[in-house]
Amino acid sequence: MTQTAAEPAVVAPPSPRPTRPRKPFRYRKAIAIFIVPFAALFAAFYLTPILYAVFQSLQKVEREGTFGAPTQVFGGLSQYALVFQNTEFWSSIGRVLLFGVVQVPVMLLLALLFALLLDSPLLRGKRFFRLAFFAPYAVPGVIAAIMWGYLYSPSLSPFSAVTSRAGLLDGGTVLWAVANVVTWVFVGYNMLIIYSSLLAIPTEIYEAARLDGASQWRIAVAIKIPLVVPAIVLTAVFSVIGTLQLLTEPLVFRQFTSTISSTFTPNMLVYSTSSVPNFNLAAAFSVVLAVATFILSIGFLRLTQRKADQ
Amino acid sequence: MTVDAPIRPAQSFDDATTPARRRGGGPRESVMSRTAAMVIMGAFTLYFLVPIFWLLVSSTKTLDNFNSSAALWFSPTSAQDFVGNVGRLFTYNDGIFPRWMLNSIVYATVAGALGTILSAMCGYALAKYRFWGREALFNIFLGGVLVPATALALPLFLIFSKVELTDTFWAVFLPSIVSPFGVYLSRIYAASSVPDEIVEAARIDGSSELRTFFTVAIRLMSPALVTVFLFQFVAIWNNFFLPLVMLRSQELFPVTLGLYTWNSNVSQYPELRTLVLVGALVSIVPLLVAFLSLQRFWRSGLGSGGLK
Repeated sequence: MTQTAAEPAVVAPPSPRPTRPRKPFRYRKAIAIFIVPFAALFAAFYLTPILYAVFQSLQKVEREGTFGAPTQVFGGLSQYALVFQNTEFWSSIGRVLLFGVVQVPVMLLLALLFALLLDSPLLRGKRFFRLAFFAPYAVPGVIAAIMWGYLYSPSLSPFSAVTSRAGLLDGGTVLWAVANVVTWVFVGYNMLIIYSSLLAIPTEIYEAARLDGASQWRIAVAIKIPLVVPAIVLTAVFSVIGTLQLLTEPLVFRQFTSTISSTFTPNMLVYSTSSVPNFNLAAAFSVVLAVATFILSIGFLRLTQRKADQ
Repeated sequence: MTVDAPIRPAQSFDDATTPARRRGGGPRESVMSRTAAMVIMGAFTLYFLVPIFWLLVSSTKTLDNFNSSAALWFSPTSAQDFVGNVGRLFTYNDGIFPRWMLNSIVYATVAGALGTILSAMCGYALAKYRFWGREALFNIFLGGVLVPATALALPLFLIFSKVELTDTFWAVFLPSIVSPFGVYLSRIYAASSVPDEIVEAARIDGSSELRTFFTVAIRLMSPALVTVFLFQFVAIWNNFFLPLVMLRSQELFPVTLGLYTWNSNVSQYPELRTLVLVGALVSIVPLLVAFLSLQRFWRSGLGSGGLK
């Protein structure tokens, strides 16, 4: 930014001394007015809760005798020891990992397939398909889960001939019943991310291949897919975060079936622990879960970045 | 993800269907692959739309003919039953349902609009001014994108209970304003759509920094800000855990939490089942309309999210 003669009156920059190694802020006041409102709310509703959760997780409740008043004292890492000894915690983690390993690839492969078809000359009525596939994203998770809860129900479903026998909400399949709801809502959204990335590829890149008689399939595999890898990575990261946070859909399904325990997913475990109430342990669960999410998503980004560089 | 990468030129989805784009030379696609493509997309259209259609049909059924008539088609009395259902939905329990809808609309539009403006200001400053600690600040905000909202809800509850603000409007409204993702998008948009020359020219004309932002920059950023608003609107409308943790009074519930509580009482009050289904339909209609009519605005947001 070049120094101009007409300095706005609102900013009162102290005359910069050339001897100083760092220039003082110009437009200091304006920058503060722009940034402070968001930064203050961010500090209040993001940073403070995170720090408070860490603080809570390092506390424990002690009682004097059986009926004494509870007091909160420093507990070190004792809550974290309880977290890692908790079998329900591990089984809920195992459950969402299994869910993620199956559901995320299936959903992203479908999204990629739809995006490629929308981008190919094979289809008619693209606008209709795009809208139809995106529509479920407008349905909030709670509503989607209630809807599918009825559709799965052995007696109330319009497909009761199938659902009364299949037992979709039984212990063995209920996880996949949840996976289907999540897939239904998010495929179209991911499809649009990949599709807008496909639209950004200049046509010339595969014009030559077309003229040489390459099939759409060949063009997709050899040219298009490698170019949209960044978009796929992005959708994968958001899906992984979403999977670890799984809460709404299984919580709603508890209204339809008894096969979902109150500790079915890590977040449900946090919720049920906090309603005991045992806030210190719940906070420790939250912290472990947030750190795991952070590491997984950063790790995934790094891993795919490295592969792309090779 | 480098943020300063130039945004790709805006491109309409509909370009793909115009003849100019894809109808160059080359062999015609075989009938077989065309058919296969249509069959796949047709089958999945059913998968995506039948549940919504079923919801529409179910909302035209009374409790009595819910099981007796065809589940996926309307009954002879559908029109009047639908009107009756909607009437009962809006009057049940002294009109608690319209109250929930109103709450959702207020939470999502007011907090969303406020959040969009704050994000735009912050993103603009991060893009257009150089100052010490800028990148560090931006990275902290960006880290916020990866912090799951559910991890924040419980400590927020504890903090709000210290200041006795749980079970109030503010408990859901205030945390909803903050959208780190909005700052991230705003910074990209400001960098690409507000040229430095214009900001400089406004300075020479004697405009203050704030005035430049609110009269010039915000206009240049406005298509992008619609996207930021949409993202935040949907996030707030869909947010379930925060109100679940914070609220006890029914009259403060957003519609998602309200329908959830109704659905948990269906076994005791069977008449609620019809209301849950009609309510679900009524609650998604405004969203569906807003979504489909504003869909082009998703493009720019989703496209820039895919920057590497």
